[in-house]
Amino acid sequence: MIANFIGVLFDGIAYGSLLFLISIGLSVTLGLMNFVNLAHGAFAMLGGYVCVMLMTRWGVPFLATLPIAFIATATVGAVLERTLYRRLYKASHLDQVLFSIGLTFMAIAAATYAWGPSQQPVRLPDLLRGQVEVFGLQLGTYRLFLVAVVVAITFALAWLMEKTRFGAQVRSAVDDADVANGVGINVNLIFSLMFALGTGLAGLGGALGIDVLGLDPTFPLKYMVYFLLVVAVGGAGTIRGPLVAALVLGIFDVAGKYYVPQVGAFIIYTLMVLLLIAFPAGLYGRRA
Amino acid sequence: MKRLFLAATLLAAAPLFAQEPLKIGVIAPFSGPFADYGRQFEGGIKAFMKVNGDTIAGRKVEILYRDTTGPNPEIAKRFAQELVTRDKVDFLAGFGLTPEALAVADVATEAKKPMIVMNAASSIVTTKSPYIVRFSMTLQQVSAPMGAWAAKNGIKKAYTLVSDYAPGIDSETGFKNAFTAAGGTVADSIRVPLRNPDFAPYLQRVKDAKPDAVFVFLPAGEQGIAFMKGFQERGLAQAGIKVIATGDITDDHVIDAMGDVALGMITTFHYSAAHESPENQAFLKAFAEVAADKGRPNFMAVGGYDGMAGIYEVTKKLGGKIDGDKAMEAFKGLKLASPRGAIAIDPATRDIVQTVYVRKVEKRGASYYNVEFDRIADVKDPGKP
Repeated sequence: MIANFIGVLFDGIAYGSLLFLISIGLSVTLGLMNFVNLAHGAFAMLGGYVCVMLMTRWGVPFLATLPIAFIATATVGAVLERTLYRRLYKASHLDQVLFSIGLTFMAIAAATYAWGPSQQPVRLPDLLRGQVEVFGLQLGTYRLFLVAVVVAITFALAWLMEKTRFGAQVRSAVDDADVANGVGINVNLIFSLMFALGTGLAGLGGALGIDVLGLDPTFPLKYMVYFLLVVAVGGAGTIRGPLVAALVLGIFDVAGKYYVPQVGAFIIYTLMVLLLIAFPAGLYGRRA
Repeated sequence: MKRLFLAATLLAAAPLFAQEPLKIGVIAPFSGPFADYGRQFEGGIKAFMKVNGDTIAGRKVEILYRDTTGPNPEIAKRFAQELVTRDKVDFLAGFGLTPEALAVADVATEAKKPMIVMNAASSIVTTKSPYIVRFSMTLQQVSAPMGAWAAKNGIKKAYTLVSDYAPGIDSETGFKNAFTAAGGTVADSIRVPLRNPDFAPYLQRVKDAKPDAVFVFLPAGEQGIAFMKGFQERGLAQAGIKVIATGDITDDHVIDAMGDVALGMITTFHYSAAHESPENQAFLKAFAEVAADKGRPNFMAVGGYDGMAGIYEVTKKLGGKIDGDKAMEAFKGLKLASPRGAIAIDPATRDIVQTVYVRKVEKRGASYYNVEFDRIADVKDPGKP
């Protein structure tokens, strides 16, 4: 009984980690830059395809494809930021939504054209497959790996935002771009880098997610609800918010499906409604 | 214009001079999430015409493809109306998804046009119009034999896990009824939401219940792959639990994307590309020649192929002169040697009667196949009274 519960808890944390991974990029663009980027899933998909292509066409090992997926999507993100996104920073949220959803549909059509409508195969290295025994519990290796990646990313981002000069510049640029500009911070460059970071994280999440979520051209729309959910519940603008939200949602979702499978699928949404009623700005929402 | 039309009708009436092409309107999704359905139909149709020529009973065959872009019943209906009134088609064909077939049923009845269903697999489809004939399968037709087979082959206690939508529930019913009738017990049944990214909690429930086997119905593609990956990762196989399913999950078209996780899965289905027969060899060869870009043909391509075979057979019987009611009479009791084996059309229901095979996933070279090792002959749709 207790062992069951711990097992469920672990699965929930692993699932929450996955939710966090695919939404953290959005938290950066939406939360820190205040840009409603619904094309987030398209960047995640791009990361996924980069990973699959490297593995199947060129035989690059899975772990080595992850940083490449990050860099490739970050580069594409930076280019798009320079050419397209930049023009919409001052636009209304509706314009941003329309623009980015249009971009999403273009990405879906492009992916279908390039790779066809079917699922892409991904084969993890043996190292990451199967189960390992930890204190008498059978835990999925890949799930452990996901949790470890989340811990690493969280610390890296927290360090970047709180302890570095770059982080301080970002925070000031977000708080008041004009003043930041006035004191000599290159706000344009900061925003480009932030956007690249956000999309890079999306790509990394996409690549890490393929094994569980699959990869086909409808990916950006299929999982849009999940990343919006995490960022909405967690509150935009922090790293901690989406992390806590993803873990809470993941644990409750898994526990609901395990203990009461008849209604389990609704629990994540019920929880979202309740949490948003209690915390309209999200768990760790910053000022509006 | 009117005179011309009259002349054309007269010409069509006299088979000897019938030069008017035989028009077949194919309604299916060719783009969007179900694009594979239409592409497979098209490949099957082309393969059939490659083998059997493009003229039948003196009439040149012309195929008009209409893309519904996904589950779009309204669009399917509009295309059917246009094909009937403007293009004057002789047959309506295609229909990947049940809602689209249902939407067109009324049009077929009103226009008295034979409607050849090449996939849509819900039991009720053929009851919606006396002009519908089905060349694919029904879900219960393939899931019920699994129930009977499992009970006979040492599986006493089963668990069912299906996607929570009509086809999933159909399969669950088919399996449960046949399995319990043959003496098996169903430990529990879970219905999983259609968009379900993580199977972990469900798999853990199945594992804790310790059944002999878990019967699964999930849409082919990422759901099937995610389930099997979780199944392996969680060590259900080591716990002595078998996966049994209908062949949708190890569809020829997706099985290579599943890879090793599919190995050893036992499924019941009506077609496998690995089926050994001269008809299937000819079909595979023709498909590879005309539709190489569409990958390995699956059961939908065979549905397209057999639907065309039915149309050719009926057109030949009627001497090229297609009349809705006469054509339907000709379809009833029709027997064909299909790439999947012998098939027939049940005169009472206009639904297909066919052999259902029990198969196991094996690796042959670099590819994976469903290899048939047992069969249940002449299975009718158990979903009909």
